[in-house]
Amino acid sequence: MSLILDHIDKSFESVQALKQVNFEVKEGELFGLIGPDGAGKSTLFRIMASLLIPDSGRCSMLGYDVDKEYRQVRQIIGYMPGRFSLYMDLSVEENLAFYARVFGTTIQENYDLIKDIYEQIAPFKKRLAGRLSGGMKQKLALSCALIHRPRILILDEPTTGVDAVSRREFWDMLKKIQREGITTVVSTPYMDEAELCDRVALIQKGSLLAVADPSALAEGGEKLLYSLRSGKGVYAYLDQIRQLEGCRYAWLFGDELHVTLRSAADDAGVKKVLDSWQDDSLKWESIVPSIEDRFMGLLQEESDADSEMEEGE
Amino acid sequence: MTGTLEHIIEVRDMVKKFGSFVANDRLTFHVEKGEIFGFLGANGAGKTTAMRILCGLSYPSSGEIMVAGHNVYHEREKIKRKIGYMSQKFSLYDDLTVSENIRLYAGIYGLGRKEINTREAQLLERLGLTHIKNRLIREIPLGWKQKLAFSVAIFHKPAIVFLDEPTGGVDPITRRQFWEMIHDATLEGITVFVTTHYMDEAEYCDRVSIMVEGRIEALDTPAGLKQSYESRNMNEVFLKLART
Repeated sequence: MSLILDHIDKSFESVQALKQVNFEVKEGELFGLIGPDGAGKSTLFRIMASLLIPDSGRCSMLGYDVDKEYRQVRQIIGYMPGRFSLYMDLSVEENLAFYARVFGTTIQENYDLIKDIYEQIAPFKKRLAGRLSGGMKQKLALSCALIHRPRILILDEPTTGVDAVSRREFWDMLKKIQREGITTVVSTPYMDEAELCDRVALIQKGSLLAVADPSALAEGGEKLLYSLRSGKGVYAYLDQIRQLEGCRYAWLFGDELHVTLRSAADDAGVKKVLDSWQDDSLKWESIVPSIEDRFMGLLQEESDADSEMEEGE
Repeated sequence: MTGTLEHIIEVRDMVKKFGSFVANDRLTFHVEKGEIFGFLGANGAGKTTAMRILCGLSYPSSGEIMVAGHNVYHEREKIKRKIGYMSQKFSLYDDLTVSENIRLYAGIYGLGRKEINTREAQLLERLGLTHIKNRLIREIPLGWKQKLAFSVAIFHKPAIVFLDEPTGGVDPITRRQFWEMIHDATLEGITVFVTTHYMDEAEYCDRVSIMVEGRIEALDTPAGLKQSYESRNMNEVFLKLART
């Protein structure tokens, strides 16, 4: 195992940021930590980077304990925090040289590793980092995190606020880095990026909801998810669908509604009602859930459980 | 040029230069009253620059632009009264309570005390936040803050609300609840002008424009764009257009 997180707890005053977080990342894996802001992703990453000590539980990187053996840990990891850790008043080239020297290496020594990424920003190497666009800062920060050829790369929300094109390019880079044998742990609020990972952990309010490979996650659960489309647009149908007896949840999903039924037997009843709406362009079909569907399902089960508890009190 | 009732925003040949850099290159488009208009583009394509001009926060270099019936050169204060604005970084004050934030904004827009009292109570009730109205903003979860920030941005019943990446970082259910609030706002006659990096959200818009390097490359309904660019979804449309 490259990385082991063993029942990590962490609180800040009254806020429990992480609750019994427990998972392992295999050597060479591209592992995603998926969850919204405030879920505890950055806290967990700072623990992995040896910048925070957990209240209880253990974290180790290639067998080194991040608390007791933080010196060794820092040599073998590359960490890219959420807000880029670049020096805005140094040039592109100076930033990279600085990171290389801190780790006792040179730009030349590992240049082949960052070549593809760095060449895209090399035409601006004399420019101050503070004057780069968001996409270019991201590429420079990644180059700096890689310059000492870490064995484990930890990227905290590298694509947040980045447009769909740059996000795609960034993931292409991560795949290349993986082929160099570097284990990568990356966090993101974008569910579509989860599909690009070997395995993912879904996290919400400091607790893991699931750890699995994306396809297994999609197959999990009962087959109760349906898609509704209409040539007239689906928003107008949202309230009506939610009022149907067989409907457990219904949400907008791009140009569709995704509807979770209470049981498979409800399908016939719902179909009958849809027919009575006399919209020939209506299309109702059973679908395989995406990661986003699964995440939403887990969130709802949790909130249902919460409200049942409140009612019981 | 006069802005017609149907065109709540009318933009013709809008140019904005910073020195020799052309951030907005002859933008021409309109936004219809009551629609949800998605304003998409890659980072650095010029969206924020254009949005700042439409909100009356900066002057264009040239072009004819009317927002809510007012000219962006001479009537910026009138425009500001008729619009609402919410950015990705929330415009709420962390060290004020929920209630204080609502009252502060309502006061700035000149609403009377009686009206504020009634509408504050209604708003808190509708959001289900009455029980935490005296809590500091910094103590409440992100999803609630986001819904509150939107409600505050439309509290004075503006003609148009500008939303700059309003759903960044929240969970997928909160994101959808937010879009349901946006739809509800249009039912009250509010026009919505919105930017986002989530391409599924582009599908929720009535019409979408896509900016590339300072120009509007495409503008149509999501269905029309998908057909023109032979794409299954808006993400593919965006990748085809914006990848340079």
